[in-house]
Amino acid sequence: MKVKQTKYMRLSGLEPLILNENSNFINIGERTNVAGSRKFLRLIKEEKFDEALDIARHQVDGGAQIIDINMDDGLIDGKEAMVKFLNLIAAEPDICRVPIMIDSSKWEIIEAGLQVIQGKCVVNSISLKEGEEKFIWEAKQIKRYGAAVIVMAFDEVGQADNYERRIEIAERSYRVLVDKVGFPSEDIIFDLNVFPVATGMEEHRKNAIDFIEATRWVRQNLENASVSGGVSNVSFSFRGNNVVREAMHSVFLYYAIQAGMNMGIVNPTMLEVYDDIPKDLLEHVEDVILDRREDATERLLEFAETVKGTKVEKAADLSWRENPLQDRITHALVKGIDAFIVEDVEEARQEAERPLEVIEGHLMIGMNVVGDLFGDGKMFLPQVVKSARVMKKAVAYLNPFIEAEKSEEQQALGKILMATVKGDVHDIGKNIVSVVLGCNNYEIVDLGVMVPPEKIIEAAKKENVDAIGLSGLITPSLDEMVYLAKEMERENMDIPLLIGGATTSKAHTAVKIDIQYKNAVVHVNDASRAVTVVGDLLNKQTVNEYVAKLKKDYDEFRTKFLKRGKEKSYISIGEARARKFKIDWDAANIVKPKEMGVQMLKQLSLKELLPYIDWSPFFRSWDLHGKFPDILKDDVVGEQATQLYDDAQTMIREIVAKQLLKPKAVFGLFEANTINEDDISVKKKGQEIAIFRTLRQQLKKREGVPNHALADFVAPEDSGLTDYMGAFCVGIFGAQELADSYKAQDDDYSAIMAQAIADRFAEAFAEYLHKQVRTKHWGYAEGEDLTNEELIKETYKGIRPAPGYPACPDHLEKETIWELLEVEKIIGVILTESLAMWPAAAVSGYYFANPEAKYFGLGKITDDQVTDYAERKGITKEKARKWLHPNLAE
Amino acid sequence: MSNIKQALQDRILVLDGAMGTMLQAYKFTEEDFRGERFKDYPIPLQGNNDLLSITQPEAIKAVHAKYFEAGADIVETNTFSGTTIAMADYQMEDLVYELNYESAKIAKEVAVEFTKKEPHKPRFVAGAMGPTNRTASMSPDVNDPGYRAVTFDELRIAYKQQAEALVDGGVDILLVETVFDTLNAKAALFAIEEVKEEKGIDIPVMLSGTITDASGRTLSGQTAEAFLISVSHIPLLSVGFNCALGANLLQPHLEAIAGKTDFAVSAHPNAGLPNAFGEYDETPEEMGAQIEAYLKKDLINIIGGCCGTTPDHIKVIADIASKYKPRPLVTLSVSH
Repeated sequence: MKVKQTKYMRLSGLEPLILNENSNFINIGERTNVAGSRKFLRLIKEEKFDEALDIARHQVDGGAQIIDINMDDGLIDGKEAMVKFLNLIAAEPDICRVPIMIDSSKWEIIEAGLQVIQGKCVVNSISLKEGEEKFIWEAKQIKRYGAAVIVMAFDEVGQADNYERRIEIAERSYRVLVDKVGFPSEDIIFDLNVFPVATGMEEHRKNAIDFIEATRWVRQNLENASVSGGVSNVSFSFRGNNVVREAMHSVFLYYAIQAGMNMGIVNPTMLEVYDDIPKDLLEHVEDVILDRREDATERLLEFAETVKGTKVEKAADLSWRENPLQDRITHALVKGIDAFIVEDVEEARQEAERPLEVIEGHLMIGMNVVGDLFGDGKMFLPQVVKSARVMKKAVAYLNPFIEAEKSEEQQALGKILMATVKGDVHDIGKNIVSVVLGCNNYEIVDLGVMVPPEKIIEAAKKENVDAIGLSGLITPSLDEMVYLAKEMERENMDIPLLIGGATTSKAHTAVKIDIQYKNAVVHVNDASRAVTVVGDLLNKQTVNEYVAKLKKDYDEFRTKFLKRGKEKSYISIGEARARKFKIDWDAANIVKPKEMGVQMLKQLSLKELLPYIDWSPFFRSWDLHGKFPDILKDDVVGEQATQLYDDAQTMIREIVAKQLLKPKAVFGLFEANTINEDDISVKKKGQEIAIFRTLRQQLKKREGVPNHALADFVAPEDSGLTDYMGAFCVGIFGAQELADSYKAQDDDYSAIMAQAIADRFAEAFAEYLHKQVRTKHWGYAEGEDLTNEELIKETYKGIRPAPGYPACPDHLEKETIWELLEVEKIIGVILTESLAMWPAAAVSGYYFANPEAKYFGLGKITDDQVTDYAERKGITKEKARKWLHPNLAE
Repeated sequence: MSNIKQALQDRILVLDGAMGTMLQAYKFTEEDFRGERFKDYPIPLQGNNDLLSITQPEAIKAVHAKYFEAGADIVETNTFSGTTIAMADYQMEDLVYELNYESAKIAKEVAVEFTKKEPHKPRFVAGAMGPTNRTASMSPDVNDPGYRAVTFDELRIAYKQQAEALVDGGVDILLVETVFDTLNAKAALFAIEEVKEEKGIDIPVMLSGTITDASGRTLSGQTAEAFLISVSHIPLLSVGFNCALGANLLQPHLEAIAGKTDFAVSAHPNAGLPNAFGEYDETPEEMGAQIEAYLKKDLINIIGGCCGTTPDHIKVIADIASKYKPRPLVTLSVSH
């Protein structure tokens, strides 16, 4: 039924909820009610508020548009529980985005609730039960607190149980509220009492139809008022027969909604689709709800016996639990199942003479199987890391027994020092290699991130390690590695040096690091190779031969590489500028940003970022190669990729639900013009506030192919045009804390997973923000409608290159971005001495809007540009060389 | 009182600009802040701008007069921090009534003077009620999200005391402003309703929120429309936004509410965003041009300035505002 209204009920959580004639039925979540949910009651009694919040969240995720909260129970302090729970909900944006319904029969609980909710909520309920005076007083308070109200059809005489009493009480309540209190009519909701039918009692026969008809009357006669009710009551007499109950609920709702019931408490899992109810069942149920036959109840009872529903639960396959002990332990390690490992290890311990035997025996047998499978390419990195988690859990359980025995430590194969170098914060790869080596019985001394060289050398000597592994992701880390190799030589050390990390390469290792150090220097860029390399390096019989071979290999590689490098030819910077990428500025359509200046974005839900996640790099970080989503069906790694993906999804759900990571961004849009060919002058009201220096390609190209610099994408000052550019930084906070909390539980798998997910969120955030900037804040691509795949393929207009990446490898420009946007002050992302960002899951860069702007790689540049760049920037040539050296043509 | 409602029908009303920015020019020292009366006060008082209503009343009066001269219809009392909660920083809780009363009184004196000179343009005083320095719906402790540093009742009592003093001092309007936590504002509105009932008066109330995040949400996480809904249970003279962002960044938020309320809509933005030195450097003309964009879209009934704005800004804004008709004030129909 369409009811004419002059005013609409407007409610709010963090977001608005408006009930107008076209709104669908509003579904009120009812599981956060101690009277209605035994589980919720238990959680509140036991003060397990975290789990209680999960119930609230689950309802909102499941589509509840309002959540009803009730703490009326004799055994709990209802007022305290209500305030505590509502305060906790207020800190959960995914829950408190919807309006709250404060449900209590006690005024003091209602008022306590009203005092802690910022949005416009609903009070459930008040009535004339204790007379008009109290009713008026409470209504006045509710109005002053700014809430809508549910009025029960109850008065001094009692609860309305027929059609006439329902409309009598509703009308009287309405008139008092509107005329005497001045309560807004659109904020009045009547609960007209849903009572059970088919109870066998003659007087209950009309319970449903009276409710429906009273609803129709209220909606037609009491302007703007709404009608609500708790639907499950109607089927009370069929408890235990869900098929019938579900049909009764949907039939009741079908007619009540037609009559104008516009909100209600409904359990969506207890609802059949009206059209899907079998015809015969439908007929019997309608007979009862609408009171169409004298014998309706008997007929439905009889029919109900034939349609009892059944539920089948599927159990996980636990047949492996029947196997002998060693098989079970091996199975748990290979499959990465930690659920039973403690009980199995305890069994092994009781059988063994000494607890250490369990590690050296049962567990090592299992881990050897893991190692063999991994070596044969039959197990993949994520699995090995999971195996390590099981292993750690087992060892952690055994440790107290071993300590108690004070036996000598287990003999490791060797001791490896691992560190991410000074100035760099990235450690996913290092952590993976550490875990894999750890699994293979090496003892790991992990110094963490941003480790200065003196500390590495000091620790290496003190711990008497057998090898040093260095990791780094950003280009300045390469210099740190060279420096460390020199220091090791100076200190006359004789242990091998392993080099790894995304920015490292065999070429750099051979050309720059290897020559600094007499002992072995090996580039190891994947975790599975690390085990064999370390094995060879620490094997006393073959080590000399192996190192000699390595040195020879690197020497040959170096010679070849240097020769190849010379074959390319470069043009002077002057020539390159003459061949710049030319945009026809007279014809260019420059769009002025809608919102100039610096803005921050700290209140975004991680949920918003989920569609922007590019999964392919995630799999790469786990050494699984292939494109998402095809990788999930890959013949070789598909199963593992799928498992990894599922684990990632599970963790993401938890991260999103509990807000374990926090996204923050700052961005700015400014006037800009290119000056001096390669610089971009950033301006505010024509006044220069910053200059970005860009670098130009110098590789000799064929005729007609331009030598790009980012400056080419911005209109030059002498064009007389005002052009624009932007800058941004996004960061994901909390990943380190999260990873540490997993590490504290010996769960490296989850720790690495958390970091990898944070990295994905950072990239997704950069993608999301770029889209917001294109379509909203700058607004040059307002009508853009691209799928996530198209975003990943970068089919959008305009680019967002990042300092440190191919188009602008110069990390120094980050400092300019940091000053321009006050990045550290506004969102707290800091730059290390090597200009890495901390937290590590962060992205910063520029925005260029010109449709002809595109990504390119700078390639190598020559000395003349370095000199010119140093002069432009006002820094020494030495400093310029230091920062640009990965791009210098030798 | 009804003449402000009449004035709102006829034209766009102009609110004053920043008080703090103007007071900075006086370069008041610790001694100036103390005056004779607080010369032996145990803690430093420099920076307690509200106190200047008592120790430097002539300066406050002069600022009000400059804004009226520039064309403002409404000036705000110098009482942004005039609650026991905010004054606790200076241990001046006991002074709250006097601070508000005196601030209202001196502003009203200046307003009356100007109204006498220009009876066709009556001047009004809005009693400014700031957000306090605590939030009722957010925890200041990341590790304890259920904790609250202030309760609704504490805020209600503090705001009630402030509102009573402002009304006693003669303000024409109460202005609950720079709302970053809607629950704080609801406590202020609750207190004002109590004052209205107890004193048997019907003083108009303006309410102004603040949005600082590019997501378009208040600090406490609400969208502009949810914020509007949460404060619309009390009949307001106007609702709008102030502070935080410059005028052009405020526009989308004004658009979000202008079509959804039958209250008047107000805006008093900052003079742009602060630069690296924390100064606001948007010129009157620049700000005026951005504000003109609102007026062209019929978004505004009351317009003024917040941080960084001066009488020069207000003069330009007043001149522009005089050229436009106010946003039509009709009872909200159900058409949207």
